[in-house]
Amino acid sequence: MIRHAPILPLLIPFAAALLQMACQRLAVQRWIGTVACAVLLLTSAWLALLADDGELRVYALGDWPAPFGIVLVVDRLAAAMTLLVAILGFASLLHASAGFDERGRNFHALFQLQLFGLTGAFLTGDLFNLFVFFEVMLLASYTLLAHGGGVSRTRAGISYVVLNLIGSALFLIALGLLYGTLGTLNLADVAQRLAQPGYDPALARLALALLITVFALKAGLLPLSFWLPPTYTAAGVPVAALFTIMTKVGIVAILRLQTTVLAPSLASLLDGWLTTLALATIAVATLGALAASRLRTLTAWLVLLSAGTLLLTPAQASTRVDAAALYYLVHSSLAGAALFLIAGEVASRRGPAGDRFTAGPLWSGNWLKLGFLVAAMTSVGLPPFSGFVAKLMLLDSLRSVDGGALIWTVVLVSGLLVMLALARGGCTLVWRQQAIAGEQPAPATAWQRSAATLAVVAAGPLLAGLAQPLSGWAMRTATQLHAPEAYVAGVLGGQPARQTDKGSR
Amino acid sequence: MEALLATAIGALTACGVFLILRARSFPVLLGLTLLSYAVNLFLFASGRLRLNAPPLVQAGATSTDPLPQALVLTAIVIGFGMTAYLAMLALRGLSESGSDRVDCGDDR
Repeated sequence: MIRHAPILPLLIPFAAALLQMACQRLAVQRWIGTVACAVLLLTSAWLALLADDGELRVYALGDWPAPFGIVLVVDRLAAAMTLLVAILGFASLLHASAGFDERGRNFHALFQLQLFGLTGAFLTGDLFNLFVFFEVMLLASYTLLAHGGGVSRTRAGISYVVLNLIGSALFLIALGLLYGTLGTLNLADVAQRLAQPGYDPALARLALALLITVFALKAGLLPLSFWLPPTYTAAGVPVAALFTIMTKVGIVAILRLQTTVLAPSLASLLDGWLTTLALATIAVATLGALAASRLRTLTAWLVLLSAGTLLLTPAQASTRVDAAALYYLVHSSLAGAALFLIAGEVASRRGPAGDRFTAGPLWSGNWLKLGFLVAAMTSVGLPPFSGFVAKLMLLDSLRSVDGGALIWTVVLVSGLLVMLALARGGCTLVWRQQAIAGEQPAPATAWQRSAATLAVVAAGPLLAGLAQPLSGWAMRTATQLHAPEAYVAGVLGGQPARQTDKGSR
Repeated sequence: MEALLATAIGALTACGVFLILRARSFPVLLGLTLLSYAVNLFLFASGRLRLNAPPLVQAGATSTDPLPQALVLTAIVIGFGMTAYLAMLALRGLSESGSDRVDCGDDR
């Protein structure tokens, strides 16, 4: 059983999706989805515990050894990201089960396929397989984005799909170049062959730069990030909460590519440009947050802001920086999801005013107002919640790097401005009232929505309370990430390097 | 052979990029299709071009690299599904907003 543990986070959502497509009754689909998410949560927690012994668990699909077959690789990072997907998936599904899933057919099957694509993208050790899981994830996200209908979702959907199709074309070009140059697409094998002579370094650099570009598109690096705010604003609330992890897929892919492949052989590829663009992303996202007119738009800009902050780290190639980044990654996914869920709750209570920052009717729900305060403080990085710990760790680790002063200035000023934006928005939502004639619609309250919102909001204080064990885990994860020799030896089984034969043909 | 294939890939990519930059959804869809053709040909060529060689390894016989062919097959299936979905989405945009522009905007 333990031997087959790495494949379980893929099989559970996939099997659930097949079952849900077979039986079309919504109540049954909900039950299957909830049970599958709970099982996925338990399995990935078990996998994360297993992976914490520092051993690399390699699962060869069909028992074809790497580099000939496709492998799934479970290290601390992959297992933890799977666990994060499961947590966010469970909360989003609980929220969606309160009625959002009735607005179109097959929501539940698509949701499980989205989880399948996400876990697959984190677990795979093969670049073409990564492409396939990206596409599974994206195809599910296209349909989940359109779920519920409406012209704003269709508008956001068309540009999102077109942009990602172009991204997929670039991904394939990069893979073709890499295969033509190195003759392999297994990540460990790519790392091994890059370290040996016998290939065209210019072509290899080009292929890897293209790959980084594609991942930057998914992560939302500045010139490629304009799709993100409208898409995340238009998506339904539980869908947007799950989407907060999608930008992280790109970031984790960049981080893994940097530590495994680039650091030993092509360390200079990210120098100079990535940190600059990440700083620009932070600046633009801060201005966007200040200009936002709805809580959901504001949250979408904050997701972009956290992506920009995380993209400061890969170019530093430092274990300490990456450890801080991993804590920040977990914190920012949950904080973004919390604000999206709260925006949905607030919108359902304010009737026609929705979550727009305009005067609206008086609404009840003190727990929700308090929850908004906690989530906002977590997002912006005020003590005593997880945002503060994350930002402190990140800034402390970035103190001695090149351009550290500039990074500190940009991050701190952006934090101040975002605090202003959130405080202004929160005051308007909670206190500015306007009498509205006529009968007020009763707010659609369901225990699933409240429970999901509270659970994700509670993650902020919880992550801060567990800061010590979590930062220890982040340090161990970053150390493992920065040991590419162990990764290569673990995946390829320590076999001697084969020569690249592509060049001689 | 190499020159012909390279020219074909280049021409397809150029046409695809030109069409993607149009404002209406149908040319964009067509452009994406052309771009995916170019990408598929490019992937196919990444295993090097060989004439009259089967993609099966046999002792003593020349063979061509089978992996890019499998990759192309996967890429074709995925690209086809994506394009079909985009066509549906564009049709829905047309019926919902009355405009076939990519941003569902006004025609004027």
